[in-house]
Amino acid sequence: MSTMSEMERSSTEMEVGYEETALTLGLPGGSRAGGSDQQERKHGFSETADLSHGSSGIETRRGGDLGDESPDCAASGAGRPPASKARVVGWPPVRSYRKNALRSCTYVKVAVDGAPYLRKVDLETYSGYHQLLIALQEMFSCFTIRDRRLVDLVKGTDYIPTYEDKDGDWMLVGDVPWKMFVASCKRLRLMKSSEAVNIAPRAPQ
Amino acid sequence: MTYFPEEVVERIFDFLATHRDRNAVSTVCKTWYRVERLSRRSVFVGNCYAVRPERVVARYPRLRSLTVKGKPHFADFNLVPHDWGGFALPWIEAAARGCPGLEELRLKRMIVFDESLELLARSFPNFKVLVLISCEGFSTDGLAAIATYCRVLRELDLQENEMEDRGPQWLSCFPDSCTSLVSLNFACLKGEVNAVSLERLVARCPNLRTLRLNRAVSVDTLSKILARAPHLVDLGTGSFTIDHRAEAYHKLINNFIKCKSLRSLSGFWDATPRCLPAVYPICGNLTGLNLSYAPAIQGADLIKLIRQCSKLQRLWVLDCIGDKGLAVVANTCKELQELRVFPSDVYGEGIAAVTEEGLVAVSSGCPKLISLLYFCHQMTNAALITVAKNCPQFTRFRLCILDPGKPDPVTNQPLDEGFGAIVQSCKDLRRLSLSGHLTDQVFLYIGMYAERLEMLSIAFAGDSDKGMVYVLNGCKNLRKLEIRDSPFGDAALLEDVGKYETMRSLWMSSCDVTLGGCKTLAAKMPRLNVEVINEMDESDELEENPSDLHRVEKMYVYRTVAGPRNDAPDFVWTL
Repeated sequence: MSTMSEMERSSTEMEVGYEETALTLGLPGGSRAGGSDQQERKHGFSETADLSHGSSGIETRRGGDLGDESPDCAASGAGRPPASKARVVGWPPVRSYRKNALRSCTYVKVAVDGAPYLRKVDLETYSGYHQLLIALQEMFSCFTIRDRRLVDLVKGTDYIPTYEDKDGDWMLVGDVPWKMFVASCKRLRLMKSSEAVNIAPRAPQ
Repeated sequence: MTYFPEEVVERIFDFLATHRDRNAVSTVCKTWYRVERLSRRSVFVGNCYAVRPERVVARYPRLRSLTVKGKPHFADFNLVPHDWGGFALPWIEAAARGCPGLEELRLKRMIVFDESLELLARSFPNFKVLVLISCEGFSTDGLAAIATYCRVLRELDLQENEMEDRGPQWLSCFPDSCTSLVSLNFACLKGEVNAVSLERLVARCPNLRTLRLNRAVSVDTLSKILARAPHLVDLGTGSFTIDHRAEAYHKLINNFIKCKSLRSLSGFWDATPRCLPAVYPICGNLTGLNLSYAPAIQGADLIKLIRQCSKLQRLWVLDCIGDKGLAVVANTCKELQELRVFPSDVYGEGIAAVTEEGLVAVSSGCPKLISLLYFCHQMTNAALITVAKNCPQFTRFRLCILDPGKPDPVTNQPLDEGFGAIVQSCKDLRRLSLSGHLTDQVFLYIGMYAERLEMLSIAFAGDSDKGMVYVLNGCKNLRKLEIRDSPFGDAALLEDVGKYETMRSLWMSSCDVTLGGCKTLAAKMPRLNVEVINEMDESDELEENPSDLHRVEKMYVYRTVAGPRNDAPDFVWTL
């Protein structure tokens, strides 16, 4: 759902916040870990992330998901569909009331085991789990993403991302489709793996 | 019939059920005009600028019920500037002066200020029903006035309004002597209400049948309310989120079981699957169900719920129900009359949730389906042709393919044939919304077959002026035509100018009409208001005298006996 520029913007905002507060109060990890591992895509849920990513950015073809544009389509000049899938005013025709009602507050607190205070992220600004992890990695700069977890290479501890859902259960991040996660996540907790013995397994449907 | 005493004529007119019939008899002769106007209890004004409020009130002094609509429909989708108009105050002022017996007021898409609500509350001692739909401009202070001064209020129904929340006190303004409420809907209110006041109010209104709570009302409060009002027929739940306390959950189930009269459920704000079983006991009785604000209820949970609702007549869901879920609806809900499937991902970028398959399944399984609103990612001609065959009784058919101008993905053809089949088969079709890739051909079909069509919505469709002309020439009963982003220009606009006096209104935006064309229309038809809406941003070089060749971005034409309106903002030019 978010375009690349929005992602960059939200990263920048997080960096600014970090600088204001982090160093003097000793969040886990004092210095920036060099070279974040963004290329690593061998993750169990990266498929999930891709699936729910949908289309990002702007497509310029009319007829969107179709293969090659048929000559009929191009020549007929039918209608006036927008040249890009960039958001058209008033389309789709859904009342603002509904749009606003469904857009619930997607800011959630992020707690890290061992850290003295929490942060907040807006889940809506990310298009999938991978982007979320990247954001968390940048927010708590000691982390590196490794295989669904966040690892503090310096201290050698790893953290499992978990979340509390609207039913009050603590769940492993990554099991459900991204949008369902955004709708049901109340708060995030990066749990030290040594404590993560009772994580809710993937619920059978 | 002139030898009948007027009282008898009046009694005969009482049997006329529709506005149209009453309007018709009033034109027969002077006597009938007089009898009709003095006995008229209910008036519907479809366009608040079509007639002056003073004139309505003068003609119908014994009015008890007034309904007025303001902004054009496309205002719902942010195509009309906020301050375009549609003010309620002139209507309330006129009624306060001329119809002190007013009991009911229903407003849609209008701007309603707190002062207007205060005037309303103080002016009509018998005021019973206030319904505000998609209105804006007021706050909870206005509601407080209504609660305080309307001693015999029966119905306060707030649907999808943009209202300012100034605190929970308004609900406490209902005096202890207020016991007359039958229907209370504040689902669109954003803020908290006082739970104790709410419970007390519910407890002292034994006739309360409709109660729609807002998101801020907790499940605890809902439980208590259900315990006090087991006779509810229509319930809008509040937040419907239960945490782990089993006790709260069991109380809720027990209280739901007692509500034997419950027929309609809505709300489910923030509902999660865990809470759903609480309503299972009453599902079998439900005729109406609205889950369209519960995005966390998907797939299997949704299906499980629907399987128990065999009596459903009206179902509103999000598209996460999927084609599979719609197949279950088709198998289970044999009484279904109205289906609305809304997009859960409003920008249409997510995974395809429902396709033509779901629609075909419902059309084949639900023989009573007459009203449809369907947002989907794709549609085929074959599917539409099948739907048309299965459901020739549609009266309202609104299809929104999320990708504008998208053709049939199987054949790459425009959807002309599919929609053509719909209009040919559904002889009672009154309302139609089109989408997808469409050429002039679909409008030829509509003009030929859609004889009963009253409202048509067009977006990103057509090739040339011919398309619009087919519609204007063919649809004898057309009342409202709204068009956006389609290549129709002055030639189409001016083809049959007399037609617009038989219609309520015409909206055209991002089409090819020019200022010159609009001026010509205005000059030829003095009883139309031709409004050109110019929202100019700083980068616009447009000055006071744009050329007649300049394309008009937004145009709104409507018939009126009131002349040009006197409250138009600067950016609205009435030509």
